[in-house]
Amino acid sequence: MAEEKIAVYICHCGTNIAGKVDVEEVTRWAAEQPNVVVAREYKYMCSDPGQELIQKDIKENGVNRVVVAACSPTMHEPTFRKAAADAGLNPFLVQMANIREHCSWVTVDPDEATAKTKRILSAQIHRLPFNQALEPIEVNVNPDVLVVGGGIAGIEAALKLADAGKKVFLVEKDPSIGGHMAMFDKTFPTLDCSACILTPKMSALGKHPNVTLLAYSEVDEVSGYVGNFKVKVRRKARYVDTVKCTGCAACTEVCVVRKVKSEFDVGLGFRSAIYIPFPQAVPLRATIDATKCLTLSKGKCAKQPCVPACGPEAIDFTQQDEFIDLDVGAIIMATGFELWNPEQDQRYGYGRLENVISSLEFERLSNASGPTGGHIVCKNGEAPKSVAILHCIGSRDENHQEFCSRVCCMYSLKFAHLIKEHLPETEVYEFYIDMRTFGKGYEEFYKRLMDEGVNFVRGRAAEVTNVALSPEEQGHLVVKAEDTLLGMTRRVPVDMVILSAGLSPRKDAKEVAQTFGFGCSANGFYLERHPKLEPASTMTDGIFLAGACQYPKDIPDAVAQAGAAAAGALVFVNHETVKVEPTISYIDPEKCSGCHICVGLCPHAAIQYNAEKNVAEVIQAACKGCGVCVAACGSNVPQQSGYLDEQIFAEIEGALAV
Amino acid sequence: MTELATTAQAKELHARFYHDVMSMPGGEKIRICQQCGTCTGSCPTSYLMDYGPREVIAAFRAGMIDRVVKSNTIWLCTSCYYCTVRCPAGIKITDLMYELKRLAIKYDLLPEDSKNPALTKYFVNSVHKHGRNHEVELMGKFMLTKDPGLAFKFAGLGMKLFMAGRLPPLAKNIKGRDELTKMAAYLEAEEAKAQ
Amino acid sequence: MRYLYYPGCSAEATGKAYDISTRAMMAKLDVELAELDDWNCCGATSYFSVRELESFAIAARNLAIAQQMGEDELCVICNACYTTLAKTNRYMADDPEVFKAVQGALGAVGRTYDGKVKVRHVMDILVNDIGLEAVAEKVTRRLTGIKVAPYYGCQFSRPMGTFDDPEFPTTMDRFFATLGADVIDYPSKVKCCGGMMMLTKAEGALHMCHELLKTAQDGGADVIVAACPLCEMNLEAYQPKVNKMYGTNFNIPVMYFTQLAGLALGVEPNKLAIDKQVVSCDRVIAAIPA
Repeated sequence: MAEEKIAVYICHCGTNIAGKVDVEEVTRWAAEQPNVVVAREYKYMCSDPGQELIQKDIKENGVNRVVVAACSPTMHEPTFRKAAADAGLNPFLVQMANIREHCSWVTVDPDEATAKTKRILSAQIHRLPFNQALEPIEVNVNPDVLVVGGGIAGIEAALKLADAGKKVFLVEKDPSIGGHMAMFDKTFPTLDCSACILTPKMSALGKHPNVTLLAYSEVDEVSGYVGNFKVKVRRKARYVDTVKCTGCAACTEVCVVRKVKSEFDVGLGFRSAIYIPFPQAVPLRATIDATKCLTLSKGKCAKQPCVPACGPEAIDFTQQDEFIDLDVGAIIMATGFELWNPEQDQRYGYGRLENVISSLEFERLSNASGPTGGHIVCKNGEAPKSVAILHCIGSRDENHQEFCSRVCCMYSLKFAHLIKEHLPETEVYEFYIDMRTFGKGYEEFYKRLMDEGVNFVRGRAAEVTNVALSPEEQGHLVVKAEDTLLGMTRRVPVDMVILSAGLSPRKDAKEVAQTFGFGCSANGFYLERHPKLEPASTMTDGIFLAGACQYPKDIPDAVAQAGAAAAGALVFVNHETVKVEPTISYIDPEKCSGCHICVGLCPHAAIQYNAEKNVAEVIQAACKGCGVCVAACGSNVPQQSGYLDEQIFAEIEGALAV
Repeated sequence: MTELATTAQAKELHARFYHDVMSMPGGEKIRICQQCGTCTGSCPTSYLMDYGPREVIAAFRAGMIDRVVKSNTIWLCTSCYYCTVRCPAGIKITDLMYELKRLAIKYDLLPEDSKNPALTKYFVNSVHKHGRNHEVELMGKFMLTKDPGLAFKFAGLGMKLFMAGRLPPLAKNIKGRDELTKMAAYLEAEEAKAQ
Repeated sequence: MRYLYYPGCSAEATGKAYDISTRAMMAKLDVELAELDDWNCCGATSYFSVRELESFAIAARNLAIAQQMGEDELCVICNACYTTLAKTNRYMADDPEVFKAVQGALGAVGRTYDGKVKVRHVMDILVNDIGLEAVAEKVTRRLTGIKVAPYYGCQFSRPMGTFDDPEFPTTMDRFFATLGADVIDYPSKVKCCGGMMMLTKAEGALHMCHELLKTAQDGGADVIVAACPLCEMNLEAYQPKVNKMYGTNFNIPVMYFTQLAGLALGVEPNKLAIDKQVVSCDRVIAAIPA
């Protein structure tokens, strides 16, 4: 072993460290420590001159181990490691001693801080001789990408990747792509017809030579790691041969089961057991709902009129689910959201009182292709003379969802506009707490609505009731709220109440995240790698996020994030290989007894059991170096590079030596 | 009721109230009030109040609790708990109202035209005396001292109730009634120690 | 079945009928009610307005006695008593200071309480312990055709919502449906009646009672049933005053829910203290099929 020559650098970090710690004394002390050949102090080690100090000592003074006593490794470990590497020293022979976040920032007494600094430094000085030069591991990368979810975010991400020349698999669980955006009437603030701007993208996706669209399919299993994901997809049985089916919809006209509540119409309209969700569906193919079809659920449909009605003879009751295995290099999650169910807060009477509807239900009423042909009507078929739109239903509320769903203020304003457009004589009331109109053109949109004569009441609706306390209230719904700007409680009689419910994570979000191997935030949405700087990535290399599945957002933000996710994926799949950090676990097959304990404990599923050799093996690229297997093994077999037992014990001894 | 003549007095009062409210469990939550108005909108008596519950919290945060205490607001709270159950910030508004009532009594800041404080005091006295609230004693004492007009108006109904046996004139004393006064004395002593 | 029973102060005076009818009803359901020994006032809403820790302490004295008697549950009939006692348990569990103060105070009179006695509203016991099926079996006079407005009141399921929804409870609805009644849609069923405000600011309480009576009438109610002595008193005894103030002519019988339930279970009217009502219930009783 070459003689260790340690260089110690004490950073002042301006006054952050030097203001508390006696850096001169520490430098003097450090020079006397074992194996230390040079000890320097400098105002800002992370600056260019600071880094050059290190490089000079490596090149000219034979330094072969470096410790920088400064801030946290999360800040600058990569900086100093790169500086050393550029000067020809293996980066893993560089350690940081955190004397800022762990010392100068949290210790009150300067003498104590100086003493603690010495202990922290001593630990690293004792550790360094045991550091080994490590080389990063390179693994091959599969150039294909999987996009999960066919809403606007998934579609956008898939199109960008396909246009960049990548092969994309898009898996969508519903019979057609389009997601929630396909259900909307107009989009804010431009009031574009939602389907008109969406369907061209849906169509482009369906026809794109680089895209394999797997609609009515779900991901069952995911294994592997960045560059090498293995995905098992279940193609659910439509009971219709999608090659033969032309989407002519003749079968839907004759099916005997006609009164199934249509999911696309949020239960306001009906479909048949064999159905096409909406006319612009992509792929335009029929699907049979096996729970409602008489043949499939009860074994008896006397007439089976769909069969003769189908010219191409595409109906196939014997169809089974099909399984496909995909190999991809990156995955983009774009699974979207669910609307918060207002039944959960009974003071608004949703589900109990007639004409209290949710926001999605209103979109379908207003939409010309909806169940009422675009006529905004109450249950009795008559147009409402007054409508109340209630903001923050289920949102900003400790009892339900604490977070703000971001888009509801804007869509509530949009509704007000649509009502005024369809029914100019109708009074519209908006009950709000704050008006969150943050985007481009949004504040102007708000002004426009004020100008259109919408009545804005600043007060969260306390309740909706059908109790009439005066003749004006007879036969109406009454919204009770404090008008906080006026300082008085108001009872406003209306014909219809629209509940602007918040956006929720999908019920299966946690399960899905677990299947793919990434995490969720406390509020249930998928967890991004960094809330400000990496909103489109997850902590798992190679898996990205796009759209509302990461957090409620409007269409422009969903599209932007989808582009970011696509770019993130391209970073990996545009290369032939990817480098993986070498500070990973290694299991010596000579010592492993094959007891399995580590296999089940690994949180990244990075250890597999080799039955032939009866040993556990680490999948290098999947291992994240968390150390669980090292700690758990009763025989102390797994060793983590960069965190070997000798290194850790040396650190402990070093800390105690002062 | 004590007159709050000077601003300095009002400020001092606010500081004392603020400190007491912040020390009650969950009291610090008034800092996160969104001023959404759900509480006032839900309150069945807010239409009678000078300041609704939302404004009470706003007054606190503005350093102006004195005007709230001078008003009829807190004594109109029937503790129906609608506000507490519906508050999106999880503020225990009903408990806040109770605390304000207690502080108003403690610092002798009772609005002249409210009879509620007197009733609550008589209630406590009745409980200490008998161990149970003797309704006849309570209502009788209250009406005769605070609202003789009401006693007159109540006479007809009172007679009906009496004839139905619903207003027993004699109080039943429980065996352990002095336990209640002992417990009260203990807690008062503890409080004095803490101060 | 047997429950330790806490009548509450009103049960000895204005709410006498509630106590009498509860005992009679429970007897028909083969449930024994053993009165809590030497119980004291729970403190209700008034005590909290004056002293906080003392309120918890005097409420806890009852629970301490219960625990000393070896019981782990206490059946309560009055909404206010229920909320006060349950609140005491909750605050003792959530706040160590409250626990310490209460234990200290109880200790000063030679008692102790660990916060573990469950406070049960009689409706909770009826629906969840005895069960609606068991109740249905004991019904001898189905309340067929009787339109019942179930008035829960504010402190039935608020603030804790332990056994029923705070916004829209349904236990009483279901209970009376089991007894064969035609339970009306009564949207005001959890609104406050005003409570003690009837004495301190009558116009407010009368306003609230007006809404309760009006919605019951609009819903076609033959009778309103209540679960709290103060609620019952305000709606029933003060009905003439509501009429005077609003120019209405309400004449709706108001009963404790246990009185009407008792009738359905075959108890004789004169054993249910129905004659103690100010607004006559004769019409309703006559309407119940034999």
